Amino acid sequence: MEVARQMNGNRQTPWAGIALALVTVTLLAWAGLPLLGLLAVAGVWIFSFWADRLRPETEPPVQRLSERPDLDAIARGAMEATIEAISLPMILTDETRILAANAAAREALGNHLVGQDTRVALRHPDAISLLDQPDGASVVAPALTVSDSLWQLTRHSIDNKYRIIEMRDRTAEADMSRAHTDFVANASHELRTPLSSIIGYVETLTEAEDKVDAALTRRFLGTVLREARRMNHLVVDLMSLSQLEADKHDLPAAQIDLNQLAARVVSEFAPEPGGPVKVELEPSGEASGMAVRGDVKQLEQLLRNFIDNALKYGDGETPVKVTLSPGPRDTVQLSVRDAGAGIAPEHLPHLTRRFYRTDPGRSRSVGGTGLGLAICKHIVERHRGRLDIASTLGVGTTVSVRLPLVHEAALARA
Amino acid sequence: MVQHTVKAFDEDITRLRGLIAEMGGLAEAAIGKAMTSLVKGSTELAQAVIERDARIDALESQVDRLAVRIIALRAPMADDLREVIAALKIAGILERIGDYAKNIAKRTGRIAGQDGFGPFPLIPAMAEIAAEMVHDVLTAYAARDANLAVEIVERDAKVDAFYDSIFRNLVSYMVENPSAVGTAAHLLFVARNLERIGDHATNLAEQVYFAATADYLGDRSERPEN
Repeated sequence: MEVARQMNGNRQTPWAGIALALVTVTLLAWAGLPLLGLLAVAGVWIFSFWADRLRPETEPPVQRLSERPDLDAIARGAMEATIEAISLPMILTDETRILAANAAAREALGNHLVGQDTRVALRHPDAISLLDQPDGASVVAPALTVSDSLWQLTRHSIDNKYRIIEMRDRTAEADMSRAHTDFVANASHELRTPLSSIIGYVETLTEAEDKVDAALTRRFLGTVLREARRMNHLVVDLMSLSQLEADKHDLPAAQIDLNQLAARVVSEFAPEPGGPVKVELEPSGEASGMAVRGDVKQLEQLLRNFIDNALKYGDGETPVKVTLSPGPRDTVQLSVRDAGAGIAPEHLPHLTRRFYRTDPGRSRSVGGTGLGLAICKHIVERHRGRLDIASTLGVGTTVSVRLPLVHEAALARA
Repeated sequence: MVQHTVKAFDEDITRLRGLIAEMGGLAEAAIGKAMTSLVKGSTELAQAVIERDARIDALESQVDRLAVRIIALRAPMADDLREVIAALKIAGILERIGDYAKNIAKRTGRIAGQDGFGPFPLIPAMAEIAAEMVHDVLTAYAARDANLAVEIVERDAKVDAFYDSIFRNLVSYMVENPSAVGTAAHLLFVARNLERIGDHATNLAEQVYFAATADYLGDRSERPEN
C-alpha cells in the first residue's frame, strides 16, 4: 500500500518541469531565435512529460499471495484434527519443526514441543536417524520419555512436505522379556549355589577318603543332605509356581470352610509338649459362614507360607497371631501377624517378586527359596483375592489376604 | 514462544535448539553405551562409543558457528540473547560429558576379563543416576522448565555420595587385593568420570535455569573438593 501511494505521488503533473521549459523557450526567443522552431521545441519538451505518464503501472501482486497459505492452513488444520483423535502419540512435522502434537503425544512428551525443532522431541541418536530415512521407516529408540522407556517410531510422509511420526510404547514388552530373562538367570543361579557346595563336599569325600575321619564325614554328609534338600525345595517351588501360572485363569470350584482350614494348618505348628506356644489362632467368633471357593492344597500352602515367614522373621518370643475375620463387601480376611523387625517401606512393593530378598544372607540362612511370597501372590490371584503386606519397622509385619465369601444362598443350593 | 517478526531469526533459534537436543541425545546415549560396554566387556560397543564422539564434537562446532552467526547478524536481545549464550555454554558442557563417556568406554579392554562387576555393583547404579540427570536436564532444556533444573541440581549430592562410598570401597579393595590394583584404579577413574558427569549435569541445569529465568542459581561453594 505504501509503495502504491508513493507511485501515485510521482504521477502528479510536473509543474516545475513545464515552468522550466517555458522559461528556457522565452529566454531563447529574446535571444532572437526563430519563434516557430522554439514553439516546436517547447511542444516536444512538454509532450515528453505527458508521455511519461502513459507508462503502465505495474500492479503489486499482493492479493494473489495471500490466498495460497489459506489452503495450506486448511490442510494442516485437517491433519491436526485427524491425529488429535488418535490414541497413539503422533507428531506432525515439516522439514525442521514440529507443527502439531496430538493429545497422546503431548501427554507423553510434554506440552512444550510444538514449534520446536523435531530433534528436541526425538533427541536420541537412533530416533534422530529416522529423520534421514525413507518414508515408512521405523526405528526403536530408548529414553524418549523417561530414561528406561523404549519407543518404536515410524514415519509417514505427506505430500513431501509434512511428516507424521507415530510412536508406539514398547516399554512393557521390553520389561516382560527382561523379566523373563532375569527369572531364568536367577533360577539357575539359585540352583547352582547349593549344587556347587554339594559337588565340593562330595569331591572332598571321594578324593581324600582315608584322611577324613568318621565325624567329619558325617558333618560333610549332613551339609550335602541339607543343600540337596534346599535344591529340592526350590525345584518344588518352581514347579508349583509354573503350575499356578498355568491354571491361573480357572477359578477353583471346591467349597472350603476357612475356620477348619486355619485350625488344621495352625495345629501343624503345635508346640512340643511343654514348649512355648509359637502360633496362636484367634477364632473368628463365627462358627460358620467362612466358606470360600478354593483349592484346599493351595490355601493350606498359602497359610503355611505366611506362618513360616512369620516364624522365620519374627522375634522368636511373641507368638505369631493368625486371625480370621469378616472383611468389607462380602469378603473374609485372613491375617498373620508377627512381632519381628519389620520390613523397610521401600521393599514392600517388591516383596512378591521372584527371588527378591531384602537381606539375601539372612534369607538363605533360614532356608528361604525366594519364591514363597511369589507363590502366595499367585494363589491369591487365582482365588480372586487381595494380598496386603503392612509393616512397621521395629513393630512387626502383618500379611493379610481377603477372599470373596460364598453367599449363604449359594451354599444352600450347593 | 513468541514468534519473531524476522522469520529467519526464529528459524535460526529453533535450529540451535535442535542441534543442542541432538548433542544431548548423543551424550546421554554415550554414557549408557559406555557403561554397558564396560560391564559386558564388549570392545566393539566401546569402539562405537569412541567413534560416535566425533559426531558430538562436530555438532559442537556447528552450534558455535550458528551461535556466533546469530549474534553477529541478528543482534539478539533479552531472552533470545540468553538462549544463544546458554546454547553456547551447554554445547561446551555436553561435549565434555561426551568426552567423559568416551573415557569410560576406553577403559573397557582393561577391565574386561574380570568376573562381572562383583564387588562394585555401585558403579553401574551410579552411572544410571548420572545418565538420568543428563536425561532430565535435557528435558528441562526442551521445556524451559526452571523448577526441574533446580531439582536436578539437588540430585547431584546423591552422585557425590555414591562417589565417596565407591572411593572408600575401592581403596580398601586395593589394600586387600594388591594384585587387582590396576583394575581398581581403572574403576576409580570410571567413578570419577561419572562424578564429573553429575557435576556437569548440574552446570547444564544452571544454564537452563539462567536461560529460562534470567537469574543465576546460587553458587554452591560448599562442594567438597576431591
